[in-house]
Amino acid sequence: MRKKVIFRGVALPYLLLLPQLLITAVFFFWPAGMAVWQSTQREDAFGLSSEFVALENFTDLFRDPIYLNAAWNTAVFSTAVAALALGAALFLAVQADKQIRAAGLYKTLLIWPYAVAPALAAVLWLFIFHPSIGLVGRGFAAIGINWDYRVNGGQAMTMVIIAAAWKQVSYNFIFFLAGLQSIPTSVLEAAAIDGARPMRRFWTVIFPLLSPTAFFLLVVNLVYAFFDTFGVIHALTRGGPGNATETLIYKVYVDGVQNLNFGSSAAQSVILMVIVIGLTAIQFRFIERRVHY
Amino acid sequence: MASLDIEGVTKSFGATKVLHGIDLAIRDGEMVVIVGASGCGKSTLLRIVAGLESPTGGAVLIDGVNVTPLEPADRDIAMVFQTYALYPHMSVFDNMAYGLKIRGLPKDEIRRRVQEAADLLSIGQLLDRKPRQLSGGQRQRVAMGRAIVRHPKLFLFDEPLSNLDAKLRVQMRAEIRRLQKRLSVTSLFVTHDQVEAMTLGDRLVVMHEGRAAQIGTPMEVWSKPADTYVASFIGSPAMNFLAATLVEGGAAARLANGTVWPLTDGARAGGEGRPVTIGIRPEHLMPDPAAGLLIAVELAEPLGSETVLHGRLADGTTLTARIAGVATAEAIRVSPEPGTLHVFDAETGKRVVP
Repeated sequence: MRKKVIFRGVALPYLLLLPQLLITAVFFFWPAGMAVWQSTQREDAFGLSSEFVALENFTDLFRDPIYLNAAWNTAVFSTAVAALALGAALFLAVQADKQIRAAGLYKTLLIWPYAVAPALAAVLWLFIFHPSIGLVGRGFAAIGINWDYRVNGGQAMTMVIIAAAWKQVSYNFIFFLAGLQSIPTSVLEAAAIDGARPMRRFWTVIFPLLSPTAFFLLVVNLVYAFFDTFGVIHALTRGGPGNATETLIYKVYVDGVQNLNFGSSAAQSVILMVIVIGLTAIQFRFIERRVHY
Repeated sequence: MASLDIEGVTKSFGATKVLHGIDLAIRDGEMVVIVGASGCGKSTLLRIVAGLESPTGGAVLIDGVNVTPLEPADRDIAMVFQTYALYPHMSVFDNMAYGLKIRGLPKDEIRRRVQEAADLLSIGQLLDRKPRQLSGGQRQRVAMGRAIVRHPKLFLFDEPLSNLDAKLRVQMRAEIRRLQKRLSVTSLFVTHDQVEAMTLGDRLVVMHEGRAAQIGTPMEVWSKPADTYVASFIGSPAMNFLAATLVEGGAAARLANGTVWPLTDGARAGGEGRPVTIGIRPEHLMPDPAAGLLIAVELAEPLGSETVLHGRLADGTTLTARIAGVATAEAIRVSPEPGTLHVFDAETGKRVVP
């Protein structure tokens, strides 16, 4: 039941909301507004003047092969990260949900990676995948694979996907585990008596009951892959080699901070903003509809 | 249709022994009710039969085939759970069809069987609904339907009525019994409610601390309880127990206050002074103003046609009597109807037969 508190007058409620409103205004609406305004401007090479160009920054972007390449990279990257992070987390959660010795220990260990800062996580993977000092990198070399993510774009992409997904597995794991634990044992027992083998039980009972959780996590993971993976990419590959691991968010940084092309960078930010608003809207719509309990 | 044999089944959880060797043979088409207080091991026994728990020792045989090592899926049984355990994401139809789909039955056969079961349980109009849109009684019916459509060898019921309100419970109880008789499927029904047990079972298993205290028809268990536990558990209000000793020859018992009650069904062994416990059901006590035991009435519960009196004897022993008509007196003298006394050994609590 929702409790409604009745305030006399409007001053107190607004006062109580003020801190949050201030934070939202200063850290979201203002920069977002600036980005929208800047996306319609073009500066001269020395940054001394700017002129209004309407939507030209956007139309330029969609004709720019480098931008389209970054969009493709993002699609590959985010799909792979979400699939890998969700799949691994679901597998681990199902294993950890079984009655096994030291289950609590496994759960704790599986949650830990979430506490590692993105850049540190990236360095960790660097030490694993580095062709000359990394454990796996040297291993690849030993079995004759020509492994060097610094020159091979595909390998670089694989590495950032693994590093980025690894960071997200813990988060997904917690949600999946909670979801699994909320499925009543008797329902699974009923399925067992109805003749369903473990695999069938999983796909016909457990997975459908987890699907609201899975959908929520899918959106969260896509948002993560879109926006929160800058640190991992920056520390591992800096978008390279070439532009092989340059995603949309990384290109915003490259164009805005390195190339100082504020108009284009702002236009890219606005596009990303529209995407995240879209994802969030989808999520809210579905979450309200698809709940089983 | 099948017989079920439980042979020397024991179960321990770690160092705790919850079943101390249960033997039970259920004939084809019979309905046996396992009744006992919570923690007596009755649900564990049922889950062992279902294959959801494995026994520490002993064997479970269905139709003479040892199914102990088999998974629940391979035992061809159906179970109705206390919480119904319906699949929340499936419609009523899919809930009932799930087991049939797994068995790979043709679509029209599935449809026919589900429709048949739905008609039997009058839930035909609910087939498209999800479990969360159903009331408790309707969910119960769907759970029953899911069991019926499979045409299993064995029905297992794990306290299926305890989540229903009192009126619905009585109604569903009768319905389960009717269905079971009509389909004549061998059934094992677990409950803590002795009224359910008495009305549903062809036979009862009264369980106490992991042992079968008594196995018999409801009337056997009621009229010849094997020990004081069974005697106090079956029957409502519960049986009264009075400490007594046998008189010379064992043909009568002398209560603590000196009253002598004859044991008209025959003399008990042991002779003069053997300490016994006399059991007398409240409904077998009759007003006897001349020579009865004096009860100081503490509470009178009028039930309309009769009154249940709760009171105490002079030495403080509690005694309950069920008297026909309305009784308002603050004290009443009562005596047992001839031939209704139960005699138990004072030490072991076992029934002492003539």
